[in-house]
Amino acid sequence: MKNKMINKILLAGVIVLTVTSCAKKLDLFPQNDLTPEKAYANATGYKSVLAKIYGTLAITGNSGPAGAPDISGGLDEGSQVAFIRMLFNCEELPTDEAVVAWNDQTIKDFHNLKWTADDPFLKGIYARCIYDVTLINEYLREAADAKLAERNISGTDADDIKKSRAEARFLRAFNYWVMLDLFGKSTFITEADAVGTALPGEKSRADLFTYIESELKGIESSLAAAKTAEYGRVDQGAAWALLARLYLNAGVYTGTTRYTDAITYANKVIGGGYSLYADYRKVFMADNDKAKNEFMFAINCDGLRTQAYGNTTFFVHCASGDDHDEYGVSGGWYGYRTTKGLADLFPDLSGNTDKRAMFTTTKYGTGAAQMALTDISNFDQGLHVNKYKNIRSDGGPISDVQRNFADVDFPVFRLSEMYLIYAEAVLRGGTGGDAATALTYINLIRARAGATPFVAGDLSPTATGLQNILNERGRELYWEGHRRTDLIRYGQLTTGTYLWQWKGGVSSGTAVDTKYNIFPIPSTNRTSNPNLTQNAGY
Amino acid sequence: MRKIPKVLLVSFSLLLFSITALAQNVITGKVTDSKDGSPATGVTITVKGTRTATQTTADGSFKINAPATAVLVFTSVSFVTREVATAGKTAIDVSLVQSNQQLNEVVVVAYGTRRRGDLTGSVTSVSAKDFQKGNINSSEQLLIGKVPGLEVTTGGGSAGGGSKIRIRSGSSLNASNDPLIVIDGVPVESNGIAGSANYLNTINPNDIESISILKDASATALYGSRASNGVIIITTKKGSKGKVKYNFNTQTSLAKTSDQVDVLSADQIRSIITADAAATGNNTYKNLLGTANTNWQDEIYRSALGNDNNISASGAVGNIPFRASLGYLNQNGVLKTNNFGRVSTSLNLSPKFLDDHLAVNVAFKYAHTNNRFANEGAIGSAVSFDPTQPVRNTTGKYGGYYEWLQTDGKPIDLATRNPLALLQLRNNTSDVNRMIGNIQVDYKMHFLPDLHLLLNLGIDNADGKGNDNTDSTSATNYKTAGRFSYYSQKKKNTLADVSLFYTKDLKEIKSKIDILLGHSYQDFVTEVTNYAAYGQNGVLIAGTTPTFVTDKPEYRLESYIGRVNYTLNNKYLLTASLRRDASSKFSKDNRIGYFPAAALAWKLKDEFFKSSNLVSDLKLRLSLGVTGQQDGIDYYSYLPRYSQSNSTAQYQFGNSYYGFLRPGAYDANLKWETTTTTNLGLDFGFNNNRISGSIDLYQKKTKDLLSVVPVAPGSNFDITLLTNVGNMENKGVEFAINTIPVATKNLTWNFGFNVTYNQSKITNLLKQPDPNFKGIDVSNVGGGLTNTIGKYIVGYSPFVFNVYKQVYDKTTGAPIENLFEDLNRDGQITTDDRYLYKKPAADILFGINTQVSYKKWNFGLASHGAIGNYLYNGFNSNNGVLRALKNPINFIQNGSPDYMNTKFSGTTTNEYLSDYYIQNASYLKLDNINIGYNFGKVIHNKASLRLTASIQNVFTITKYSGLDPENASSSGVDYTIYPRPRIYSVGANLDF
Repeated sequence: MKNKMINKILLAGVIVLTVTSCAKKLDLFPQNDLTPEKAYANATGYKSVLAKIYGTLAITGNSGPAGAPDISGGLDEGSQVAFIRMLFNCEELPTDEAVVAWNDQTIKDFHNLKWTADDPFLKGIYARCIYDVTLINEYLREAADAKLAERNISGTDADDIKKSRAEARFLRAFNYWVMLDLFGKSTFITEADAVGTALPGEKSRADLFTYIESELKGIESSLAAAKTAEYGRVDQGAAWALLARLYLNAGVYTGTTRYTDAITYANKVIGGGYSLYADYRKVFMADNDKAKNEFMFAINCDGLRTQAYGNTTFFVHCASGDDHDEYGVSGGWYGYRTTKGLADLFPDLSGNTDKRAMFTTTKYGTGAAQMALTDISNFDQGLHVNKYKNIRSDGGPISDVQRNFADVDFPVFRLSEMYLIYAEAVLRGGTGGDAATALTYINLIRARAGATPFVAGDLSPTATGLQNILNERGRELYWEGHRRTDLIRYGQLTTGTYLWQWKGGVSSGTAVDTKYNIFPIPSTNRTSNPNLTQNAGY
Repeated sequence: MRKIPKVLLVSFSLLLFSITALAQNVITGKVTDSKDGSPATGVTITVKGTRTATQTTADGSFKINAPATAVLVFTSVSFVTREVATAGKTAIDVSLVQSNQQLNEVVVVAYGTRRRGDLTGSVTSVSAKDFQKGNINSSEQLLIGKVPGLEVTTGGGSAGGGSKIRIRSGSSLNASNDPLIVIDGVPVESNGIAGSANYLNTINPNDIESISILKDASATALYGSRASNGVIIITTKKGSKGKVKYNFNTQTSLAKTSDQVDVLSADQIRSIITADAAATGNNTYKNLLGTANTNWQDEIYRSALGNDNNISASGAVGNIPFRASLGYLNQNGVLKTNNFGRVSTSLNLSPKFLDDHLAVNVAFKYAHTNNRFANEGAIGSAVSFDPTQPVRNTTGKYGGYYEWLQTDGKPIDLATRNPLALLQLRNNTSDVNRMIGNIQVDYKMHFLPDLHLLLNLGIDNADGKGNDNTDSTSATNYKTAGRFSYYSQKKKNTLADVSLFYTKDLKEIKSKIDILLGHSYQDFVTEVTNYAAYGQNGVLIAGTTPTFVTDKPEYRLESYIGRVNYTLNNKYLLTASLRRDASSKFSKDNRIGYFPAAALAWKLKDEFFKSSNLVSDLKLRLSLGVTGQQDGIDYYSYLPRYSQSNSTAQYQFGNSYYGFLRPGAYDANLKWETTTTTNLGLDFGFNNNRISGSIDLYQKKTKDLLSVVPVAPGSNFDITLLTNVGNMENKGVEFAINTIPVATKNLTWNFGFNVTYNQSKITNLLKQPDPNFKGIDVSNVGGGLTNTIGKYIVGYSPFVFNVYKQVYDKTTGAPIENLFEDLNRDGQITTDDRYLYKKPAADILFGINTQVSYKKWNFGLASHGAIGNYLYNGFNSNNGVLRALKNPINFIQNGSPDYMNTKFSGTTTNEYLSDYYIQNASYLKLDNINIGYNFGKVIHNKASLRLTASIQNVFTITKYSGLDPENASSSGVDYTIYPRPRIYSVGANLDF
């Protein structure tokens, strides 16, 4: 009797266990992460993805300042996949505007103009831009009308999302412009390319140019009118500004100059109601959102809520040493300085004749000894750039009480650049503008800087006139990510026309191979995607 | 009188029987193990030529009636049979020599046990008597150097710290290479728990009866998708019927660092800096020099006491055999503030019911461990902090510890911190509770006794919590007035196994079959609770507010298992098994996998040497099987998921900040990696197994490696992806021999040696082969961010070093900074000039163990070593340069004396990647010297006492210039490790 009972119990046990362990129990979902259906269930979800799309330009992952990187692959989250920092490394470090003392892998190759296809930093910026595009494509798929209908999102929610599609497309075009400018071609994907399926194809420089141009024109009418979007989001002003920049460099990008178009779009921006902020020095401070009337698009940073080691936090740390308090941070990284080349663009370095000369701090001066870069690895040598400061112009407290992370927003397009584009395009023969207006515009910039005005002769359509514009760009836009593009447009990046300290890895500077006008396609990308072709010379 | 099946005898090693027989004399005595004088339990004593027999009790004593002139035969599965004439004596003490590799010994294998002689797979079982001796806090360390093919490397010398365990090297690149660990039939959580440096330290080594190491696929395949890296089965001690016996053992130890990292002296620093100032005309650093002579390593290390006490009772209460134990351990680490404590208890009950048809086994283990983790950053800090500076400052600021300060009196952000302050101003403690319990109900069918039903229900629950508090005076967190944080985590692992065993002896066809069919279900849940961090003043530290207060990752595994053992003529053995696993870590379409294995064994001894006295064992084994691996990857990798960002990753639109939703990269087709293992083995024994051993040749081929590999940018939400790509191969030979060169009445000498040769090779890394693919960079080293020294590359061992070829000065022999061979002769030094040179994994691992027993004394040595392993000396490369001494951020650091050889400036990145820093780290270590004395009966014959003493980590022989060539990092990058101390212990063991 007893035995039978035990038999029964055991049998029951077996049955229970077998039944409860049905296969469905193996479908498990994380508690905190969301499936795509849940992520896009309502407008709030869409806005969070849109915030991510913008946010990739300011921060490197889902955990500020680091810890949940967007991009892995053995790359350093803080330095190699941060958009602003890498844009700086690619656009400024190879030029007379910046030099680095650190030993991080190949970082010195940038100023030496001798990078290779194995460069991890280049792998990082390539990955960053294409990652952003992948994200945008996913958003565009999920924000399609059909999906919104399917999810019962309607009314103003749906309208907002539809409007955001144009913003997403702007950001995609902007990322592709970075690819166009740095690599001369790009992995090419649109919302038609689903994730995890086929290998992406490649677009050549000319085709990419056409695509960016048509996208920017295509979204023009869908974007909010210039100066009407909430701060941090793009409107028509940004699209025009990018078109103006694109057209100014069209000769480099496609072999066909488009100066008239450059003038057209610079004019659109200039007519869009923007104005220069009164004090140049306050345009790069912790509360520079006050200067938003000057910005077509700025990447917003906040020391508490938008933390990264590669946004404007990088500028205030990398440039500072023991003088870090003058940058508004609690410690310096002692790494990036500028060369005598930039210094020589200014009549004097005190800031008295041109407020944009921001090179003097209490500890580091502007003497010849300071500027001599006898040892590139010496942290104490080289001219300090005190342009970006994590200090509020109104004297208020910054967000991060620890003073580690910066509040400074990074202006991608400023009105000054549009004035300079206008002037240069006029000088280079574009129509739709005139020399007198060009002079007025340049003098608006110079007046704000407290510099003596140019006279008409300074902007003659000659090499000298053009050089004056390049020099003015240097003074106005240094450390904002323009210099490499400018020097290429002027044929001065790789040639012997213009030499600066340690250009080509030689202390007095030397010309390098013209292949360095364009960066190589990272070799691992070509391994993982045989559709990609290498640039000439690499 | 009953005849007792031998299997039963061994299963319950402390089974007691007293047998009455017609007799003339009552003879009493004690049987001991000649190796260490410990009691030999379960030894059968027969009066030769009669059926009179008895067995020794738990303390080794026996009582038997025998004629005055008779011969007593002492037999046991564990010892060589011995005959002793009674010769009129009434008291006979006998010492027995252990018989190595005794074929009848029962070995715990996957889902059951097997006689050693019948094993078809590659299994090594180590029982308590062969464990590493001395002061051992964690169970895996019992096995160091004991088993061919098993590498146990402690992470360092921290109290309660963990180890890297590898069986036949690793077969994975990105998934875990840790073996599956099964404790009393419960496969346990592999990831550990918050607050514990080593999950295995929650098991008291004193409670362990034996550990089986399953190596080839036929041994492990029943664990299916978790078995590719081998399986370690830990079996705890059980009780047996009879009078309750007690054991008390205590051990006290003193640990001291045996060596220090060589650094420059204060005077050397002063002279280098002064000379440099004279040469450069820059006095910045000279002005920073102090006048002290501080040995920072002396400041942070101490002599550390440890105490380990265990008491156990075993016997039967009523009809229920039991074993209960209580252990208390308190171990200080040699690094100041480091402490590990453990209170452990275990209870085993093994009652039988229904005329022995229903056997129940309850195993319950509970441990509370408390840790104080020392800030191990102090170790690196101690070798690089300026020795010319004093320990304490005069201002009393920053806890009174000297720190590098800026002109405004605040600490320099990136400067090295005072090592002692790092230790003393941080209090990082944790409490971990773990309970492992299982009940096994084994029912032998009344209607069909050959059929057993086994139900195994197990749980493994743990909770860990801790505080990590840095004092407000600490220079490390001065900006936030210290940092106080708290964490907690819970783990729940539930197991339900049902299996049917059928055993049949088919005498008419000389066959034996043994069938297992089972179903297993296991669920692993982790519950994480996140907390914000605060300053000591109670102010929330910005950015630490957790995005989610809780998280609950979970994973489940459902499996069917089947196995057939077939024995023909007791000469030919066949094992075939199959496991079907379904895992929640993979999608519906990919989650089911089948893992078959088969093995053949041929008892050559019984075929060819049946009557040979010389050949006591000879068996050939051949096995082939498929196993999987799915540990070490995220639980939900196959799912498209959006994750939310934390509060410091938001973006500003207008005046509002928005958190992110980010899609993660995923591979919907992810599945486990699979390893096919072939194994050819030969077990041998000669001269009554006085010489015994085995040799195994193996090959493991892993395909569909769970690898994180580059994917085309734009094809997924990252540029690398965890996917199934790549192949890897491990090949090797294992050899083990145990001998008893001397076995006399008073003197026994055991000697064991094992050696493993292993070669690992990555054979593929890409989905589409690309001849130009330069592999995946791994192994970060210093000299700047993300400089890497290693590669995963086809044709080479994982982590092969990728270096520049250093050029040396022909006259002085010194390396010339930043001068390398232009290997591709293109006139410039680029990354293409790097070459693949040496690797961190050893070619050869070996272990040597010996024990000598002389009368009541015994003496033992244990050592292990490795050959062909190389390390990157990161301390030399980072600290053996002037740039380290003269830190660019204006403070002075100490450095490696290697600077005196190289005079490197340290300003070039490439020098960090020179082959100059790759050093041969082959070594031989004498792990342990131990000595014991067996007092025998004490306290009016009521107890027996043994005293032991040991020294651990006696010496290391190596060419490696760093502190310790034994390094637990797979990448072979050595900076500074928590030094493994030399430990002196004394112990007493009392049986009563």
